[in-house]
Amino acid sequence: MDFIAQVINGLSTGGMYALVAIGYTMVYGIAKMINFAHGEIIMVGAYFAYFVSSRLGLPAPIAVVFSIVGCAVLGMTIEKVAYKPLRNSGSLAVLITAIGVSYLLQNVFLIIFGSASISFPRFLESGQFEFLSLKISYISLLSLILTFGCTALLMLFVNKTRIGKAMRAVSEDKGAAQLMGINVDNTISITFAIGSGLGAIAGIIYGLSYSLINPYLGTMLGIKAFIAAVLGGIGNIKGAMVGGLIIGIAEALTIAYVSSTFSDAVVFGILIFILLVKPAGLFGKNVRDKV
Amino acid sequence: MNKSVKKQLITSFLFSMIVYAILYYAMATKMINNYWTGILITAIINVILASSLNLASGFLGQLTLGHAGFMSIGAYVCSLCTLYLGTPFILNLILGSIVAGCVGFLIGIPTLRLKGDYLCIITLAFNEIIRVVLLNIDITNGARGLLVPKETSFTAVFFSALITIYVIYCIVKSRQGRAIVSIREDEIASELAGIPVSYFKTITFAISAFFAGLAGGLYAHYITIITPSVFDYNKSVEILVMVVIGGLGSIKGAIIAAIVMTVLPEYLRAFSEYRMLLYAIVLIVAMIAKEKNLVQTIKIKLNLDKYKSKLGIFKSKKEGVDE
Repeated sequence: MDFIAQVINGLSTGGMYALVAIGYTMVYGIAKMINFAHGEIIMVGAYFAYFVSSRLGLPAPIAVVFSIVGCAVLGMTIEKVAYKPLRNSGSLAVLITAIGVSYLLQNVFLIIFGSASISFPRFLESGQFEFLSLKISYISLLSLILTFGCTALLMLFVNKTRIGKAMRAVSEDKGAAQLMGINVDNTISITFAIGSGLGAIAGIIYGLSYSLINPYLGTMLGIKAFIAAVLGGIGNIKGAMVGGLIIGIAEALTIAYVSSTFSDAVVFGILIFILLVKPAGLFGKNVRDKV
Repeated sequence: MNKSVKKQLITSFLFSMIVYAILYYAMATKMINNYWTGILITAIINVILASSLNLASGFLGQLTLGHAGFMSIGAYVCSLCTLYLGTPFILNLILGSIVAGCVGFLIGIPTLRLKGDYLCIITLAFNEIIRVVLLNIDITNGARGLLVPKETSFTAVFFSALITIYVIYCIVKSRQGRAIVSIREDEIASELAGIPVSYFKTITFAISAFFAGLAGGLYAHYITIITPSVFDYNKSVEILVMVVIGGLGSIKGAIIAAIVMTVLPEYLRAFSEYRMLLYAIVLIVAMIAKEKNLVQTIKIKLNLDKYKSKLGIFKSKKEGVDE
């Protein structure tokens, strides 16, 4: 029973990773860059919700909506200002810019809110839900429902709608998509907006489950979520979800049965293993080098 | 080695000796106070780090984000030797570097099959794993860190940097160096031309790690207390930024950028809490505004009239560097 409880525990953190990983995967798939600032978007999402709810005293739903919309706008702005001018330059320049953006966001929030951890508003009563002598907290449940719900919606969006089709086309071949009359700039903007919006949801889940937030929370979370995206095969939404859940479970089990300090090492170990054995990830397709 | 290369080597050696003499004199007569001496030493350690990473990222063309990991290995091995073996400092430094080089070799074998962003992330992962291991084994004293005696002097750092730059210069100018650069330009073509690509990749990576270890040892014995948290992702990013700002594959650029990027934050200290913010903005602006390297910008600045027509293009670039 204890084991199952740990797995459920892992699934709920995994859900959070999955939401972030979807953002990474979409952006990587379409813009072919690691958005290192994505972790910071999660932090911003958490702070937005905190600000609207605690400082302005508005009800929780408004805070959540504000946070999601705010992050989506922020994501689009970052893309327009920082990444767009570099779209045709080397991946290193883009990488450094993304790191610069992540430092920028981190330090802006450091200056505004201070470096100390602040307590996140309780949108949800911290109750438990009992099922066959298993105790599952509402937050874990919410995290899982949101993960599966968002993934399902997103899959529908990408596969069924016009914009989704455009996204797939751009990720396949930017030039050809443009020739077919797809507005590449808009498509990339929308991708960033969706990814960042999901990041905001993850930020709120983080705030609810750890109840403390600080300006540094995004960095590690972002890296782990990226690992989840790589694990599932980058560019693949379903893969990102599965990868996130695997990382979450692995982490929870390591904390429960090995040592809490080694959990990061285990996560990175999984990454190294997967990259060496199956570099394209679990659901990724192998791309051959063209000579 | 042909005549012009030899001539260039001799002039740069003489030049560096003059710089050394001036700096040494200035320090001895307290014209440069202890605070700035410290910054100078850190700057030169950063020169070693940037030059060594430049070998892997600039010349070999492999983006790595785990340089601080090798630095930490050098630092810890060197410190542990000082504390437990009591061997002389130079020997410890070499031992630390060799261990770092070996680890670089071992990590390089499987890792370097990957490319671009993936390589970046996997080296980052190794960096974090090294950090977590250092945090969890007893001999390194975990998060409390190690206290080591102060052994690093200005002379030691300066000559280590000189040796590093010399070795890297020789590697790059040699036949093997051309092979390394050819791997950067086109891996498949190099393989077809008969260059043992994986051999060169791992060896270059190991040499790069070796010098990172050297810098780590020097750093540990300068700062006198080392904890695993010093050598995290941010440190790796800092080194990579120096190399990129200086221009990938430019030895001079890496040196200048390492010095500028160490001294610049000191000037920004006046803005204390806005320091990192400014740093981030500088980073973004510099990246967007520039595609060429710092050395070129300085060259253009020095020949203002000659390049007047070009200046318009580079104006924004100068702002990015000067801030």
